[in-house]
Amino acid sequence: MLTRRIIACLDVRDGRVVKGIQFVDIIDAGDPAELAHRHAQLGADEIVLLDITATHEGRGTLLETVRRTAKSLFVPFTVGGGIRTADDAAAVFDAGADKVSINSAALANPGLIEDIGASFGAQAVIVAIDARRNKEAADPVREAHVYTHGGRRDTGRSVVEWAIEAESRGAGEILLTSMDSDGMRNGFDCELTAAVSESVRIPVIASGGAGTVAHFAEVFGRGKADAALAASIFHFGVSSARALKEELNQLHILVRLPC
Amino acid sequence: MNVTVIDYKAGNLTSVVKALRHLGAEVTVTDRPAPLATAERIILPGVGHFAATKRLDETGLTPAIREAIASGIPFLGICVGMQWLYAGSTESPSQPGLGVLPETIERFPDGHEKVPHVGWNQLHPTGDSRLLAGILNGEFAYFTHSWRAPMTPATVATTEYIQPFAAAVELGNVYGTQFHPEKSGETGLKILKNFLELVG
Repeated sequence: MLTRRIIACLDVRDGRVVKGIQFVDIIDAGDPAELAHRHAQLGADEIVLLDITATHEGRGTLLETVRRTAKSLFVPFTVGGGIRTADDAAAVFDAGADKVSINSAALANPGLIEDIGASFGAQAVIVAIDARRNKEAADPVREAHVYTHGGRRDTGRSVVEWAIEAESRGAGEILLTSMDSDGMRNGFDCELTAAVSESVRIPVIASGGAGTVAHFAEVFGRGKADAALAASIFHFGVSSARALKEELNQLHILVRLPC
Repeated sequence: MNVTVIDYKAGNLTSVVKALRHLGAEVTVTDRPAPLATAERIILPGVGHFAATKRLDETGLTPAIREAIASGIPFLGICVGMQWLYAGSTESPSQPGLGVLPETIERFPDGHEKVPHVGWNQLHPTGDSRLLAGILNGEFAYFTHSWRAPMTPATVATTEYIQPFAAAVELGNVYGTQFHPEKSGETGLKILKNFLELVG
């Protein structure tokens, strides 16, 4: 049976993990390659590296980071952050990424989804959507809006409609981050995740709000997520993806075990 | 261990090549027919659309692959590379496959489940297989595809999604995996290692 995926996410700036994962025996923030391998060894089904570097110099560092991280990583590896053109994507694939995650560049130029898909296949293109519920709307979930700039700028676009457009343009997966839930540790936005997941045929990766194992169980159940991004969960008592999956298995969620 | 990887501009080869090098293989990447005649082993990777295999015909790779297979060189097709071993695919009906296997690749039926099939799913080996030597029932592999091969006598592992389908095939010196061994952790590396140890 197809299993639900636990994806470990590393936020990287200038070649270093900045908001990362604190294993008991690992000092926090550190080398992305080392942490990615550690996650894979500890049962993560995939690795996502999100580059939050703002500088031009840092972009060069990113490709070197991707190369080093990919070198002996044998689970799917996604790279996001600052990919604005098909050439940017090609460079990241050449460095060893299996998928790219595109966000604001896809909103500005939806044809980018097709451009990257044409050369590297739809499965290689993840469209990341930062979403907030529309509290003024009759249906705040169905009419949730797409945001940019870390959730500060409202594009006015409907999340569900943008997800459907991204799919029709050939996106392989949707990475949905609830800006309302992000950092709150109160659980994923299951209603919003379900609304998107039921509107498209491609997998939806839920992100934002995980604080407990139960939150993952909820988003895989009620939220109909195909995968969930785990980052800060590892700060709060869950030591690894394997430990998380063992607990999910107890709750009858299908996961890749042993791993 | 030498292996020749065919580059037909369908997706990126980096992941496959690095997995093979990690296993200690000497990897040659080629987009020309000539090197295939002297290859020890050949891998045809592939992600994306079945129509991309048209390039194999246009560049003269198809007859070179046919000759290499006839001469007994171990040949492994991955994902679309496996699908191309069949007669064709409904994804691109005008584009013929190699036809080593006579069936046609079809899309997963529409229904309750999502298509594409993306993620880790279990392999169920069906009998003797050189490619899958040492792989246990229930080991996981990473899949990403919307079209799949039917189960036939050449099937050496099945996977269930909506219905059971052929996850791996083996016919003489011709092998195929629908999943991506290069992205399937230790299980995948074991399968690639098995392939690298085959002698033509």
